[in-house]
Amino acid sequence: MTENIKVNVHHVTRVEGHGNIVVDVRGGTIEKCELQIVESPRFFEAMLRGRPYHQASHITSRICGICACGHATASLRATERALKVKLSEQTIRLRKLVFHGEMLDSHILHVYMLVAPDFLGVGSVIPLAKTHPEVVKRALRMKQFAGDLCATFAGRHTHPIAMTVGGFTQYPSMTRVEELRERAEAMIADVDATVELFGTLPWPNFERETEYVALVQPDEYGFIDGMIASSDGYTLPVEQYRSVTNERLVPHSTAKHTAFNRDSYMVGALARFNLKHEQLHPRAKAAAEHLGLRAPCYNPFLNSAAQVVEIVHCVDDTIRLLDETLTRGITWEAPAPVTLSPGARGVGACDVPRGTLFHEYQIGEDGLIEEANCIIPTGQNLGNIDRDMRALVPKILTEPEDQIRLKMEMLVRAYDPCISCSTHFLNVEFVGK
Amino acid sequence: MATKPKIAFFDFTSCEGCQLTVIDLLQTHLGLLDLVEIVQFREAMSEKDEDYQIAFVEGSCTRKGDEARLLQIREQASMVVALGACAHLGGINALKNRWAIENVQTYVYGKNGKDAYESYPARPISAVIKVDAVIPGCPIDRYEFLRVVQLILQGRKPRLPDYPLCVECKLKENACLNTLGKPCLGPITRAGCNAICPTYGDGCEGCRGWHPEANFTYMREILRGHGLSDAEIDARFTMFNHYQFQHMGDEAPITTPISPAKDEPLPTSTFAAPKEA
Ligand code: SF4
Ligand code: SF4
Ligand code: SF4
Repeated sequence: MTENIKVNVHHVTRVEGHGNIVVDVRGGTIEKCELQIVESPRFFEAMLRGRPYHQASHITSRICGICACGHATASLRATERALKVKLSEQTIRLRKLVFHGEMLDSHILHVYMLVAPDFLGVGSVIPLAKTHPEVVKRALRMKQFAGDLCATFAGRHTHPIAMTVGGFTQYPSMTRVEELRERAEAMIADVDATVELFGTLPWPNFERETEYVALVQPDEYGFIDGMIASSDGYTLPVEQYRSVTNERLVPHSTAKHTAFNRDSYMVGALARFNLKHEQLHPRAKAAAEHLGLRAPCYNPFLNSAAQVVEIVHCVDDTIRLLDETLTRGITWEAPAPVTLSPGARGVGACDVPRGTLFHEYQIGEDGLIEEANCIIPTGQNLGNIDRDMRALVPKILTEPEDQIRLKMEMLVRAYDPCISCSTHFLNVEFVGK
Repeated sequence: MATKPKIAFFDFTSCEGCQLTVIDLLQTHLGLLDLVEIVQFREAMSEKDEDYQIAFVEGSCTRKGDEARLLQIREQASMVVALGACAHLGGINALKNRWAIENVQTYVYGKNGKDAYESYPARPISAVIKVDAVIPGCPIDRYEFLRVVQLILQGRKPRLPDYPLCVECKLKENACLNTLGKPCLGPITRAGCNAICPTYGDGCEGCRGWHPEANFTYMREILRGHGLSDAEIDARFTMFNHYQFQHMGDEAPITTPISPAKDEPLPTSTFAAPKEA
């Protein structure tokens, strides 16, 4: 049995950003077990001060290249709530389509390129392209659809162009919408194959119950707006996000940690699944069943499985929304007007691929931003990752060092941490062996 | 076949959107992997090899520790390519340069944030090392990336368009936004993105930097014609090019402060700062 072990994984690769895992066990006791964030801080909140409100969504989409549409949407919602903008039904529907495109793009990238190589026994997606070309080709095909879905309505996935305060600056032709609808249909076979593939993977057996937090909507498994819900039984309006996130500094990370009713909580696909699985489209429910995912699920490794379930859900919901758009047609609407007033405040909340994201702005009568706050999902998950690692390490201490290292990396990767947004991530450091 | 050139990707302070754009390009051009050997690409792979000839560098230099890594890359690579506006211009990251570092540290992390979160004013990588080629944009245009890689592989030097964005925009037969009352920086911006923003109904924000003949006075007149205040125009000029204007000193065609003023007080707001432990 290993009594003393020090694991240092430097720059855990295949995670967006820079982080190190440090595990230090002496005489069988855990001295240290944490995920260190070593990314350079970027100070987005500070740079928004004094900028015109209409720049906010274009500046904050640059927080993260993967969640660009998510940041843009949360930013627009914060601005729109502050400036009392009333959105049309069409704007809300088209934004959902853009959001699904990003959800799909991000989840496909994560499960296929970052998670699957661990299970298929290759170092990364590049050798995977040699050993399992059909898998990689399928992933790229699906990702391309996702990117094109964003691009059709927003111009570009990284970084969206046509989404603006109050609506859109451009609309696609119906031919492009029809073409997307056909491609969505054709994607169903790839979605089924995805569920098949991930149904065969041996997820590590590990459970730790925690608090799960997500946005909930009355009538759908949605991602934009809603109420903040916790598995501990609380539901709050998004304006009260500060009483959920309670941000604090920790010495080992450039990202702030959060805590609600316990020491830490989890956001993201698994949290959403646990809180609102009943609202999934029927095929997504069947996929969950096939993947062995049952709510409530306390195995953080299965966050990747929940992402697969959301891939199914988003494709089906995309088809529904495209059909509605084809039936109703697209009206060329000008963006809805804003009302400026002194010290206007607004909160925008979205469930982006990695979990709940909050933006809050205060905008002056001159249209310039006076105060800004952004709370990103990975920051909310960090405290929970530390606690999962601490629970996992004693269970795997007898395994060979490279196995410990791989499991720790896989755990962190399961959370899909996007560190460039919380700031950057990953490295496992075996200290003192 | 001759040995494939080894290429590596590096990221500094960035959103990683340019690297992701490269991954997006592979969706349709997987054959690129037959022409080059990727030896480092943290975004997509765990493997790492320090032996490479071409380095693509994304992100700005924003702290002391970045400099050594940049110098090391320069030492190894025979060709360094700046990937995207962060590396090329400083980009969005340089918006924080408006304030002293202590100011932004305090605003985001509270009064204990000053010591813990090392940072200095954002700079393009060319402020630290010699750069051989640039792929502009925020994010890069995937087809321009492809063109540049092809040129490099043929041993030719990539050249950027030195004419304004309006040329491309006109070729696409877009209705000009500036004539429709919507501000657009196309007249001063370097072409190469196929005028993607105006094509989607939104004015150009200058993410590719200025073309050599950019006339800021004329541009300001056009924007004033839309009823924009000088402060608003400055905000548009500086969105991606804050660093460039700062380094023009008194010559900068900007009317509002873009650098920290002496004795500017630290922010007392706790709007973004966490609770003190
Ligand atoms: S240039 Fe833009 S897209 Fe590229 S890394 Fe920087 S912020 Fe991201
Ligand atoms: S829309 Fe912009 S880029 Fe296009 S022609 Fe007009 S000013 Fe030039
Ligand atoms: S149109 Fe302007 S802002 Fe948009 S990508 Fe091109 S250079 Fe950048």
